[in-house]
Amino acid sequence: MSIDDTDRRILRHWLAEPDLPRADLAARAGVTTATLWRRLDRLRESGVIRAERAVIDWRRLGYEVEVSLRFTLDKTYPRAFDEFLDQAREVPEVVGVETFLGRVDVRLNVIARDMAHWQEIYRARILTLPHISDIEALMLVSTIKETEALPL
Amino acid sequence: MIDLDDTDRALLRALALDGTLSAGELGRRFGLSQPAAWRRVRRLEEAGVFAGRRPDVDRAALGFGVTVFLGVKLATKGRVSLEDFERAVQAIPEVQVVQHVLGLFDYRLRVVARDIADFERVLRRRIMTLPGVGNLEANVLLTEERRPGPLG
Repeated sequence: MSIDDTDRRILRHWLAEPDLPRADLAARAGVTTATLWRRLDRLRESGVIRAERAVIDWRRLGYEVEVSLRFTLDKTYPRAFDEFLDQAREVPEVVGVETFLGRVDVRLNVIARDMAHWQEIYRARILTLPHISDIEALMLVSTIKETEALPL
Repeated sequence: MIDLDDTDRALLRALALDGTLSAGELGRRFGLSQPAAWRRVRRLEEAGVFAGRRPDVDRAALGFGVTVFLGVKLATKGRVSLEDFERAVQAIPEVQVVQHVLGLFDYRLRVVARDIADFERVLRRRIMTLPGVGNLEANVLLTEERRPGPLG
């Protein structure tokens, strides 16, 4: 679908502040609320907007530890990616899965209640994943910025 | 910390896929009255567990075909240099995520760009000129997937 300036204006404001009430969003983008709803519906139907998902704050549920695990896989085995990803998805504490072109092949975002729980997940569920040739861990200290905003 | 029962977990799982579901729809799905579903969602919001909604858009369809994760190691350490770096990096519109981490790098950044040439421009003009930047490692995002996490 073609995206015009009105769509871009709506998306720019919405992506920067997704929890803004629709009436305020319409005012900011300089359109009527009827236009806003119509445009958002059209963007959803065409797949530009895939979803609007709830953000779950895992710390509030007692998950104090968040680790970004970076994997290099053994690429001599042709199904390494598929088998690794299938099994990683089975680990409940894995909240995000990303694949890359670069020195890192796959990143898993893993949460745990505390360091003891982390160690348990790491040994029992992570180190047992197939085709790993190297792992590096980055422990999250704090998130300073997190937005879906785009410089449209 | 808030205690969740099975119904709360089911509600969160549904909202994590579609955060726009109304209390009426959630109620019908999980056998609750509309006011009962509303009260539960409200309680999850008040406890900070349901912490807003995150748009999921097709960035490529909006002209941002490249997403890169950058690991940044600072050349100089100390409180002042961290603060200077954090202040400056947050202001870059192409930088969507900034996380302070422990490990091989000091920071993880998610950077969006129109294409590889545009990424090179952002990298040279905006990232490499940030105060205190030492080593950088770039990995180009191929696929990303959010998982429901440990919701039973």
